[in-house]
Amino acid sequence: MYSDKVIDHYENPRNVGSLDKNDPNVGTGLVGAPACGDVMKLQIKVGPNGVIEDAKFKTFGCGSAIASSSLVTEWVKGKTLEEAAAIKNTDIAQHLALPPVKIHCSVLAEDAIKAAIEDYRRKHGGQQAPAKAQA
Amino acid sequence: MTMSSPALNVGNGSSAAPAGRAGANEPKKPIYLDYQATTPMDPRVLDAMLPYFVEKFGNPHSRNHAYGWEAEEAVEKARKQVADLIGADEREIIFTSGATESNNLALTGVARFYKDRKNHIVTVVTEHKCVLDTCRHLEMEGFEVTYLPVRQNGLIDLDVLKQAITPKTVMVSVMAVNNEIGVIQPLEEIGRICREHGVFFHTDAAQAFGKIPLDVNRMNIDLMSISGHKIYGPKGIGALFVRRKPRVRLVPLIHGGGQERGFRSGTLPTPLCVGLGEAAAIAKREMTAEAERLKKLRDRFYERIMSRLPEVYLNGDLENRIPGNLNLSFAYVEGEGLMMGIKDLSVSSGSACTSASLEPSYVLRALGVDEELAHTSLRIGFGRFTTEAEVDYAADRIIEAVQKLREMSPLWELAQEGIDLKSIQWAAH
Repeated sequence: MYSDKVIDHYENPRNVGSLDKNDPNVGTGLVGAPACGDVMKLQIKVGPNGVIEDAKFKTFGCGSAIASSSLVTEWVKGKTLEEAAAIKNTDIAQHLALPPVKIHCSVLAEDAIKAAIEDYRRKHGGQQAPAKAQA
Repeated sequence: MTMSSPALNVGNGSSAAPAGRAGANEPKKPIYLDYQATTPMDPRVLDAMLPYFVEKFGNPHSRNHAYGWEAEEAVEKARKQVADLIGADEREIIFTSGATESNNLALTGVARFYKDRKNHIVTVVTEHKCVLDTCRHLEMEGFEVTYLPVRQNGLIDLDVLKQAITPKTVMVSVMAVNNEIGVIQPLEEIGRICREHGVFFHTDAAQAFGKIPLDVNRMNIDLMSISGHKIYGPKGIGALFVRRKPRVRLVPLIHGGGQERGFRSGTLPTPLCVGLGEAAAIAKREMTAEAERLKKLRDRFYERIMSRLPEVYLNGDLENRIPGNLNLSFAYVEGEGLMMGIKDLSVSSGSACTSASLEPSYVLRALGVDEELAHTSLRIGFGRFTTEAEVDYAADRIIEAVQKLREMSPLWELAQEGIDLKSIQWAAH
C-alpha cells in the first residue's frame, strides 16, 4: 500500500532532529494531535537573506506522515518564506503517491510548514510591526 | 494420505534461523504473530479432511446409500469431538459457517423466540463486532440491550452485571476471551448469576475454545459460539452449542431442509466439519502442554521488551489472560508507523489510522486507555507454530524499531523535556 518513495523516506528519513526553538532565526511548527495519531514538528532556520537555510522534523504518525514531513524538509531548504508557503499538500501527496486515506498526512505537512513560517514571522514581525506603527 | 513433512513452514520459524531472513535477497515470509486473527491449519487436520473431498464426497443427509452414510458418520464423529471439548452432549452441537454466524443465531434466534415474554439482552462493550452489530439490529427490531462497561483490566464487574439483569432479561452474552486483549471473563461466576436469575447465558468462545478449559455444565453456559480457524482448523466452519436441559429454543436464521435440528438448514460441508472435529480433538489432547509452552514464550517476549524499553504498557489483565496474547502500548510511537518498521513481523495494530475514521480500538478505549496511547498499541499473538527463536527475533526487532521511532517522535522529545502532553493545546484536525 506504500509507494517506493514513502518507503524510502520512512527508512531513510531526511533531516530528523531539532533546532533550538528559542533561536530568533528558527521558526517552529507543531501540528496535529496525539489523540488523532499524527503529530508533526517542523522547524526552519532562516538566513539573513530571508532564505531557509536548514530544516528539521520529528513526527509521530504512520509511514505516510513521516514521509510527508521528511519530504517537506527537503523541499523548503533553499526556498524563501514565500516560496515555502506556496507548497501545496497536493504536491506532497502527488510526489509520494499517497492513497486517498493518507491525504490528511500531506495536509498536515503543509500545515506544519505554514505554522513554522508563522512562528518565525511572529518572532520577527512581532518586533517590527509595532515599530512601524510608531513611525 | 499423509503429509510428507510434519514441520510446518509458518514464517520459516521451525527451520531457518530467523535472524538470517532479514539479509536474504529472496523475499521471505514474515514471522506470523497474529494468532488471534487466524491460525494456520494443523497438517493433521488437513490429513483428516482430505478423504472427504473426492473419495468420500457423499451428502451427509443422504439416507439411502453408503456415500451418505459414510459422510454422516464422519460428521457425527466430528460433532462428538467438538462436544467433548466443552463437556457437552453431541446432540447439543449445531454446525455453522463460523463464530459470526453462531453469534448471530444465538442472539437473534433466542431474542426472537422469547420476544413475547422477554425483550432485554445484556452484553458488554468490548464484545466482537458481530455481537455488537447483531445487538444493534435487535434494538432496531424493538429489543432493549444493555452494554456493560469493563474495568481497566478488561473484565466485567459482576455486581454491575447483577444490577443490569431485569425480569425482562432473556439473555446475557459475554465473550469468553477478548480477541484484542486476550482477557478471560469470569465465566463460572457469570453462569451462576445467570442461572440464579433464570436468564440464558451465551458466550462467544471463538478465542477460548481449544485454548482454555471450558465446561458448559460447570459454567452454566446455555449457548456457546465456536470457530474452526482460530484453533488450527479450516476457515468457513464453526459451531453453536445449544443446551438441551434446560432447553434453549431458537428461531432459525437459515430456512430450508431442516438440517441441524431445524436450527440451521443447508447441507453440511463434511470436510470442514471433520476439520473442526479433528482440531478440537487435537486441542483436547494438547491444550495443557501447549498453554504451558505458549505462556513461557509469551513471558520471555514480554520480559525482553519490558527490560529494554521504558514506557511500554500492557493492556488487559495479565493473570486472567490466554497464554498466546499480548497487547502492548509503546508510548510516543504510532502503531501503524511502528508496523511499517517491523515489516518482517505480522502483528496487528490497535491504531486505526488506515481506516477513514481515525478512531483507535474501541476495546482499548473501553478499558480507559487514552486515545493517544491506544494509537501506539500492537496485538501480538503466539501460537502452536511459534518458536523461541522467532519470539526473540521479534522482540529485538520491535525494540529496535521503537527506539528509532522514538528518536523521531516529537512527543517523546516533549516527554523527555518533562512537558506534560496534556498541557498542550492540540489542534483538532
